[in-house]
Amino acid sequence: MADKLLITSSPHIRAAKTVRGIMLDVVIALVPASVAAVVFFGIKALSVLAASTISAVLAEYLYEKAVRRPVTVGDFSAAVTGLLLGLTLPPAVPLYVPVVGSVFAIVVAKQVFGGLGTNFVNPALAGRAFVLAAWPLHMTSAWLNPLTMDAATGATPLHAFKGGQAAGSLVDLLIGNRLGSLGETSAIAIILGGAYLLMRGVIDYRIPVAYLGTLGFGVFIFGKPGALFQGDPLRGILLGGALLGAFFMATDYVTSPVTPRGRTYMGIGAGLITLLIRYWGDYPEGVTYAILLMNLATPLIDKFVVPKYYGYAHDALARRKAKEGGR
Amino acid sequence: MVKAKRGSGGVAVPDKKELSGRMPIEDAGIPAELTLFLSQHIGAPSKPLVNAGDEVKRGQKIAEAQGAVSACLHAPTSGKVKAIEPRYQPVLGRVVDAIVIVPDGEHALYEGVAPVGDDLQAISQEKVREVVRESGLVGLGGAAFPTAVKLEHPPGKKIDTYLLNGVECEPYLTADQKLMEESAAGVVFGFRALMKGAGVEKGIICIEDNKPDAIKAMEEASKPYPELEVAVLSHRYPRGGEKQLIEAVLGREVPPPPGLPLDVGVIVSNVGTAYALATALKTGLPLVERIVSVTGEGVARPANLRALIGTPVSYLIDRVGGFSSSPGKVILGGPMMGVSIRDTEVSIVKGTSGVLVLPREAVETEPVLPCIRCGKCVEACPIRLLPVWIAAYAENDFMEDAEKMRAMDCIECGACSYVCPSRRPLTQSIRLAKAHIAAKRRAAAKK
Repeated sequence: MADKLLITSSPHIRAAKTVRGIMLDVVIALVPASVAAVVFFGIKALSVLAASTISAVLAEYLYEKAVRRPVTVGDFSAAVTGLLLGLTLPPAVPLYVPVVGSVFAIVVAKQVFGGLGTNFVNPALAGRAFVLAAWPLHMTSAWLNPLTMDAATGATPLHAFKGGQAAGSLVDLLIGNRLGSLGETSAIAIILGGAYLLMRGVIDYRIPVAYLGTLGFGVFIFGKPGALFQGDPLRGILLGGALLGAFFMATDYVTSPVTPRGRTYMGIGAGLITLLIRYWGDYPEGVTYAILLMNLATPLIDKFVVPKYYGYAHDALARRKAKEGGR
Repeated sequence: MVKAKRGSGGVAVPDKKELSGRMPIEDAGIPAELTLFLSQHIGAPSKPLVNAGDEVKRGQKIAEAQGAVSACLHAPTSGKVKAIEPRYQPVLGRVVDAIVIVPDGEHALYEGVAPVGDDLQAISQEKVREVVRESGLVGLGGAAFPTAVKLEHPPGKKIDTYLLNGVECEPYLTADQKLMEESAAGVVFGFRALMKGAGVEKGIICIEDNKPDAIKAMEEASKPYPELEVAVLSHRYPRGGEKQLIEAVLGREVPPPPGLPLDVGVIVSNVGTAYALATALKTGLPLVERIVSVTGEGVARPANLRALIGTPVSYLIDRVGGFSSSPGKVILGGPMMGVSIRDTEVSIVKGTSGVLVLPREAVETEPVLPCIRCGKCVEACPIRLLPVWIAAYAENDFMEDAEKMRAMDCIECGACSYVCPSRRPLTQSIRLAKAHIAAKRRAAAKK
């Protein structure tokens, strides 16, 4: 015997996909939306995305050094959080907004609860909720007109849509030629990224399909003020952050259910809460809070939505017989 | 041809059958020493019929079955019993008594070995059962459950279908594939004998679609018999698990443990078992040898060897040209469910379908990361359990919760560990829970 042989419990081979590989896939999937943001909003977009991503990675590194935990920036999860947060911000926010948002996301929402895997809400959305509460004015008015990149006045298309007005041509909505947060304007870019994640088997189709389906159906019913069943589901989905949320936020592994059926419920729930906030709340948009609330419901869904195990039908039959026999 | 339904869960695994899949079966020859464990598998150990110093011949019974789940043992070649002593049994993972034979090289056949016949019409059901019992036949797919126990099912159970398992869904292994390609007629004869022994009218031969030559050979060989069909299944691990096969081919689900296939009217046997029965009927030779794939990137010349039961692993590796590079792991069985061994001086048992050698660089262990709740283990589990929770409960010593999450239903296929991107040893943790729960139940039963 030349060398010592390794002994482990089976299985002895592993699939190629690793945590790092998955996070890299998410970064790749966010490239189209990031490029679209820079094309439409220029250097401003680049600086916001850079600020949020760099500060997220730095926050993770410094925090882990400070509390003497192994440094995990190499798994790219902090970079994903930072980039995602940046993509949800208006283009003209002062740079301290993405920095503070990222630090909150990483330190308070993620690391304090034990790091990747044990956070109970989506860090990027928690960061966004924090800066929304801290600087509501910046977060709802720091818009730029696309391409010309001058400060925009007036309501976003989502606002206008909520009021029942037309909200731009479908072509503009698809390519992203409209007011909005950095990463949410170009539907094509987001769908491209989402399709990549689906193709690579990174995300489960159930969450985005259930989410967007519920939202679209709800907008069709309630979308037009004063009339039922006359809403425009397509614009309801394309405006605002629903697409970005459905493909990139609600599908976050850590904060969504682990079972296929549970994921469908997650999507439906997020769709319903988004509708509730959009049409019966004062906020123009409800994606952030809808997903955060469903994050909180995830442990409950995981507890009760359990697949029926192999052979379940036999046990169910035996139980029914026992019950009848007892009578 | 039966079109198989889709089963639950499972994972896509690499094939790797190209390594040994084109190599014809060759005789491994006679090693310097054979070790025949009295415990080849779970159940009661068999009782030796010989003593140290006795001369034995090929096919002579050397140990008798004892108890319900037990099988007898035969000398694979002629020679002298060197000792009956405790030796390490790698699959059970403990030291058990073994009969050690030093071959004399004559390979002389035992006088009592005589053909039963090759006309199934002329052989009674009782005779088939007797041959199965007396030949020490066990399931050759891996678990090595005594075949006689399956055939002699309790009279109340109506069995309508016999499945012949030629799925071989483990990567690398090609023993069953080569047997079907080269000896299809023998396998079909043995299968029909098994059906006769069990009193079952309908038989389905199940093969994965990555073995086109085996499918062709088996379809050809089974054509004359209207009671036989071939089912072609898509390649997905663990399709060849007994429960998964029944689900995929018949759309039935076996009741949870202690439920058995015969509870849903089915018996499943491996193609190797059928072939061994054919050999026993046609030549009288009991189960003394089997096909073993000696394969993996770590051996010089991957091959399919006909090896005597009790042959040392080191001998088999030498027969295929030795290690091709520094070995990292030597595994008895396939890479998903096989047992890694620390010492190649151990011997193969009746259930050893392969010797897999993985080179050192292929077994570099990656660090275990925290669970990211991706749910891939949930999607992969063929029993539709939640490995993520069972393993977490087991790791934190919440064994009662693990039991409530049905840890005991786990078939230990390894699919959950395989897909885990955090490289968590989920299957191992669930095994731990199972061992705890089983010990608790044994203690409770004693009271």
